[in-house]
Amino acid sequence: MKLTSTQNGGKLTLTISGELDHHEARALCVEMEERIEEVLPRDCVLDLRELRFMDSSGIAVILKVYKHMNALGGRLTVINVPDQPLRVLDASGIDRMIEITAGEPGS
Amino acid sequence: MKELNSMRLEFPSRSANEGFARAAVAAFAAQLDMTLTELGDVKTAVSEAVTNCIVHAYPDMIGTVHMRVRIVDEETLEIQVKDKGRGIEDVDRAREPLFTTGGEDRSGMGFTIMESFMDDVKVRSKPGAGTTVTMRKKIEKRLPAR
Repeated sequence: MKLTSTQNGGKLTLTISGELDHHEARALCVEMEERIEEVLPRDCVLDLRELRFMDSSGIAVILKVYKHMNALGGRLTVINVPDQPLRVLDASGIDRMIEITAGEPGS
Repeated sequence: MKELNSMRLEFPSRSANEGFARAAVAAFAAQLDMTLTELGDVKTAVSEAVTNCIVHAYPDMIGTVHMRVRIVDEETLEIQVKDKGRGIEDVDRAREPLFTTGGEDRSGMGFTIMESFMDDVKVRSKPGAGTTVTMRKKIEKRLPAR
């Protein structure tokens, strides 16, 4: 599991690669919260293109980031979601709260 | 019910074994001609069941997680995940979406995902004695390539 981040003005893009399960969730959460606190972005984008696997632990992680961004008065979008994580997100109903796209937004 | 093949696995309830359990079941299930979606569903359900053992069955200790995977009736994959941990007081409640005793680190969606990704999920639990989750998924037969 690896996290990379890029910043462009008020936009922070966090790219998660590898497998996101309970074993990886806590460390990933801490790392993401740190990046958000450093940058205090208006827009946070979670790019999941390199995520090979995700279970319900990932739902809790995304919800935490969503709440963090809400508390900052910012916005979270989740993009480039591969098939397997997308099925997990669909089953959770989280897409009613958070903007999730399978591909690049607007494509 | 006719058993075609089976395997058993046991490992300590360490979170590093969540990925191992998924990969082991996926390797065994490869002999069934599964689609990538079916394989992803099975791996996700295994991950949820094994994580429940690690987080809830053995919260303050390392216990043993027992798995049995069988291919039955030619095209059904059956996965049993068993622990001898704390047990579940109220199974119906535990199966409700968003219910969790795991705090905000857990989404409470584990059983919901097992139920939506597998055809059948049975949970037997006795407080203080442990929990057994038995899941089945029918693998659709596809036309042979030639």
